[in-house]
Amino acid sequence: MEFDDCVTIALSKGRIFKETLPLLSHAGIEPADDPETSRKLILDTNRPQVKLVIIRASDVPTYVQYGAADLGVAGKDVLLEHGGEGLYEPLDLRIAKCRLVVAGPKGGRPGKGRLRVATKYVNSARRHFAAQGRQVEIIKLYGSMELAPLVGLSDLIVDLVDTGNTLKANGLVPLEPVCDISSRLVINKASWKMKHRSIKALLAALQGAVTGAGGRDND
Amino acid sequence: MNNERWLLPEGIDEVLPPQAWSLETLRRELLDLFHGWGYELVIPPFIEYLESLLSGAGGDLDLKTFKLTDQMSGRLMGVRADMTPQAARMDAHQMRRDVPTRLCYLGTVLHTRSDGLGASRNPLQIGAELFGHAGVESDVEVLCLMMEMLKRTGVKQIHLDLGHVGIFRGLARQAGLDASGEQALFDALQRKAVPEIRSLLEVLEVAAPEAGMLEALAELNGDDALERAGDALAGADTRVREALGYLEQVAAAVRRRLPDVPLHFDLGELRCYHYQTGVVFAAFVPGLGQEIARGGRYDAIGEVFGRARPATGFSADLKTLLRIGEYLQAPPAGEGGILAPWSDDPALHAKIDELRARGRRVIFALPGQAGDAGDMGCEQRLGKQGDAWVLSPVND
Repeated sequence: MEFDDCVTIALSKGRIFKETLPLLSHAGIEPADDPETSRKLILDTNRPQVKLVIIRASDVPTYVQYGAADLGVAGKDVLLEHGGEGLYEPLDLRIAKCRLVVAGPKGGRPGKGRLRVATKYVNSARRHFAAQGRQVEIIKLYGSMELAPLVGLSDLIVDLVDTGNTLKANGLVPLEPVCDISSRLVINKASWKMKHRSIKALLAALQGAVTGAGGRDND
Repeated sequence: MNNERWLLPEGIDEVLPPQAWSLETLRRELLDLFHGWGYELVIPPFIEYLESLLSGAGGDLDLKTFKLTDQMSGRLMGVRADMTPQAARMDAHQMRRDVPTRLCYLGTVLHTRSDGLGASRNPLQIGAELFGHAGVESDVEVLCLMMEMLKRTGVKQIHLDLGHVGIFRGLARQAGLDASGEQALFDALQRKAVPEIRSLLEVLEVAAPEAGMLEALAELNGDDALERAGDALAGADTRVREALGYLEQVAAAVRRRLPDVPLHFDLGELRCYHYQTGVVFAAFVPGLGQEIARGGRYDAIGEVFGRARPATGFSADLKTLLRIGEYLQAPPAGEGGILAPWSDDPALHAKIDELRARGRRVIFALPGQAGDAGDMGCEQRLGKQGDAWVLSPVND
């Protein structure tokens, strides 16, 4: 495919970058450097008009919303926290899959009174408990949520779970699902309108890569 | 000293010289433009009773409105967050004309939360509304006036986005969705979140032809969207077909009137408040995710005000237009200022009066003040030669 316009794609290092590469390669885009070894934050690709910017996962929606990048790959967990305002998210890339769950100590059903919930995903947690009409106190943490119930900081946690090994190692079990998480393609609204041909072509190529990769057709 | 005391609240901005003067001259120029098109200026109040301010406007405007209690009546008052319903109220209740009424307005509105990232909470809203005509002609008129306004502000590379809220509403009705289902689907559609749309349609148990058409709305965008809509929405009822036909007529008329403006259609994007009922349009420029001006038809709002009147119009934030446009204004008189020494001499004052009457800017140097003519932005000075006061360049 050919690009009529310059296109900047925002990606985060690690799992999302690794799993996005085969999809981009299906669309004929190969990065010129490896972000794990290069210290560059803007990567050139084999297409002179396509650039990749490597940023923190939680910054991807912000970069795309401001138009600093035309599109990006962001986990649904990040989008739920961000609110997704001013973005299009037309494609589920079905990569970096995991689940957002409520977890707590095994066997220990929490007692009476207002429950305390430790999480990095404040908005998702608040919405989840509000939908059930449960009054909880949310404690914002930036990492190692599993520790909170062990040291009496909280009764429950809301966290991402992939294999469940970290929970198990800390004596915690998933209690209820919040939602399934996978990465989405997010697109700046103005780019969508003004670089419509290039963006639509890229979207179609990525769509083809996703369905071709043997994923289920519908979620 | 506590420096934080002088900070403005988040999202509240002010305009300093020389931008404030550019803003003012732009304001005058645009009001002259509206005047030339027959739009009469109205000045709605900054605050009024909440019930009237939010009539027919829906929950999104409610959330955006600052509220306070009127100590004289005990009723709730709102600081306007959008002047469009105010103009509609004035047309329905104050003016009560039978002929088409064209109104324009300009003023500060306040938002409790900003419209997306970096957006001001105190935009300077400028807009024009046309009441009393239902049809393509009035929609095209206000759309062309909006584009002319953007041209005057020097905004370049404008893309025009067209849609029609009747298409989504009609399909939702055809599918038998209730208000909450329609709202959930609407939110997902604004984000073109196809995976969510699919699962919502499943949860809401929408049947095959309607489900396919509602999902297609997320794909029906681009310059060829209208051609594709004919096939994609073949199973839609007459109201949806009429809305599509209406949009085609507007598009054809806009192409004739504004052949150089790129048109983009989006049948799934309904960015406006819930009072919109028909065609909707917005102007975009590269790099900004938010539209810089928007408008459309809202025929139902007059009914809430007790007098059903079809209506169409647009509005924009003048401060945004000044920021992104290339509207530059030379100093007011076209010449630099003149510095005059402070004196009681009647001859000096007569000379200054004469210069000011010719549009020159004359500034007194106050006794003991800091700075010279250059610091005061002056290019000439008044000096006494014999009995007469004469101008000389500052650099002499």
